[in-house]
Amino acid sequence: MHVPDGFIDAPTSAVTAVVAAGAVAVSLRGARRELDERTAPLAGLVAAFIFAVQMLNFPVAAGTSGHLLGGALAAILVGPYTGVLCVSVVLLMQGVLFADGGLSALGVNILDMAVVTTVTGYAVFRGLVLLLPRGRRSVTAASFVAALVSVPAAAVAFTLLYWIGGTTDIAIGRVATAMVGVHVLIGLGEAVITALTVAAVIAVRPDLVHGARGLRRPLRLRVGGEPVDAPEPEPAAPAARSHRAVWITGLVTSLVLAGFVSFYASAHPDGLEKIASDEGIDEKAREHAASDSPLADYGVKDVTDARVSGGLAGVIGVGATVVAGSTVFWVLHRRRRGGTSPADTTAPDA
Amino acid sequence: MGAGHAHRLHRPGTSRVHTLPPHTKLAAVLAFVVVVVSTPREAMWAFGLYAVLLAAVAGVARVPPGFLLRRLLIEVPFVAFAVLMPFVAQGPRTEVLGLSLSVSGLWGAWNVLAKGTLGVAASVLLAATTPLRDLLLGLQRLRLPSLLVQIATFMIRYGDLITDEMRRMRIARASRGFEARGVRHWGVLAASAGALFIRSYERGERVHLAMVSRGYTGSLPVIDEVTASRAQWSRALALPVAALAVCLLGWTL
Repeated sequence: MHVPDGFIDAPTSAVTAVVAAGAVAVSLRGARRELDERTAPLAGLVAAFIFAVQMLNFPVAAGTSGHLLGGALAAILVGPYTGVLCVSVVLLMQGVLFADGGLSALGVNILDMAVVTTVTGYAVFRGLVLLLPRGRRSVTAASFVAALVSVPAAAVAFTLLYWIGGTTDIAIGRVATAMVGVHVLIGLGEAVITALTVAAVIAVRPDLVHGARGLRRPLRLRVGGEPVDAPEPEPAAPAARSHRAVWITGLVTSLVLAGFVSFYASAHPDGLEKIASDEGIDEKAREHAASDSPLADYGVKDVTDARVSGGLAGVIGVGATVVAGSTVFWVLHRRRRGGTSPADTTAPDA
Repeated sequence: MGAGHAHRLHRPGTSRVHTLPPHTKLAAVLAFVVVVVSTPREAMWAFGLYAVLLAAVAGVARVPPGFLLRRLLIEVPFVAFAVLMPFVAQGPRTEVLGLSLSVSGLWGAWNVLAKGTLGVAASVLLAATTPLRDLLLGLQRLRLPSLLVQIATFMIRYGDLITDEMRRMRIARASRGFEARGVRHWGVLAASAGALFIRSYERGERVHLAMVSRGYTGSLPVIDEVTASRAQWSRALALPVAALAVCLLGWTL
């Protein structure tokens, strides 16, 4: 599924490269937290594992065979941040060394196959593990569903990117149907293999599986014939980390998306608008109450250039959203500080 | 890195392309690909000129055409996709050999084929003239985060080892009479993948301990700092600059 050069146009490739770089930067920080100073050798070896396991052929029937993509598997085995990092490095090396996937499409490939599969897979996995009863079976079942969802999710992400910056105007519905249809089948294979692999690792070394950390049982000692729970070792206090980098990355990304990418997106009506105009639904739609506000229909009044107007409206919209969101958080934070917050009660007296 | 780690795409040599510093080559290839992708697809002659430029580089690097063409086969899956495009795209249609094809689909197929092939050819030339270790040094020189370069280094250094481990597992399975024929045998293969993960992870832990015992503190020392003179930069950037000229002509004509 490696996207070659020329599939997605240059501006979209540039923006996805920036977004992918941001995601990799966040993962670098996160991976240091997951693996501390062992990051380089362990993530490197896991990347080598992903690279090797992608070459392991699983025969389907009559000469055809499939292989693992590995995004969800990496996230479950070593954690989401390290997983994103490992798959990204594999993609980078495949692009530079084996000419597999275009260099200009590297951002698209990383965003699609490393970030979307891994993050979606891990989110689904975490959610299911929390919902299902504790146990090895639940972890296996959760990895099945996580891998099953992660592959079509990547297909949907690719379809979105293709819609924004594709170089051929194939009906987006057709692309979506074909991509998702094929990838649900691939996802089924991926799900079976991922679940079996995770089960095999859990059977031998459950402590290595990042997603199965909740399964660890407390150590029980026999003191004078009586079984006693051993005292939990004090977990190291997590280092205070600032959210500033995440904040700035997020803000810049949203501004770029809203101000720049929207040039390329807003030219076409979105799916709902299209269907609405095709089916004549929008004839009945009444103009929104805010239709003569200064930002109506994602454009700034009195700015004639459609692109600048759309971009400006996007940037102003992001700004307003940030201000509103920050106000809500600030108010909630103040209120929690005012009452007894859980942080206060658990804080040591000293 | 020893002889066993030479990757399959690399062709050792002493040509002027081989001896360029790796980061200049990486920058040149990246700039070239970006220029090619931003060329309008209607300027068909421009892509011919790009191919001539790449052929000239291959000539200077003494990479035989047969080698280059064989490596282009990696593109085949996307060629299949491109062939489908004229049949499924929208817009006005035209008659070619009795088939009704979409005009925009034909342009799209041409676009993907031309740009994809040129991109693959440029990457193949880069990989053919640059040893692995140099590529990693080049990435580091281009200010890729050092942790990322370290991870890539470990992946490359142990990639062959892990792949060989997988091959030995396959031989062990085969020598015990196992043959994977269908979905029913996936359990065995997945168990192998699980064992491979455990072995890789444990090897990573051992490698880390070995490194710590040799004084590793989180960064690898750079002992062979690569630098590029102005002449080397200008020689490497001749390719993308020439391509840029072609691209600008393509936009204006």
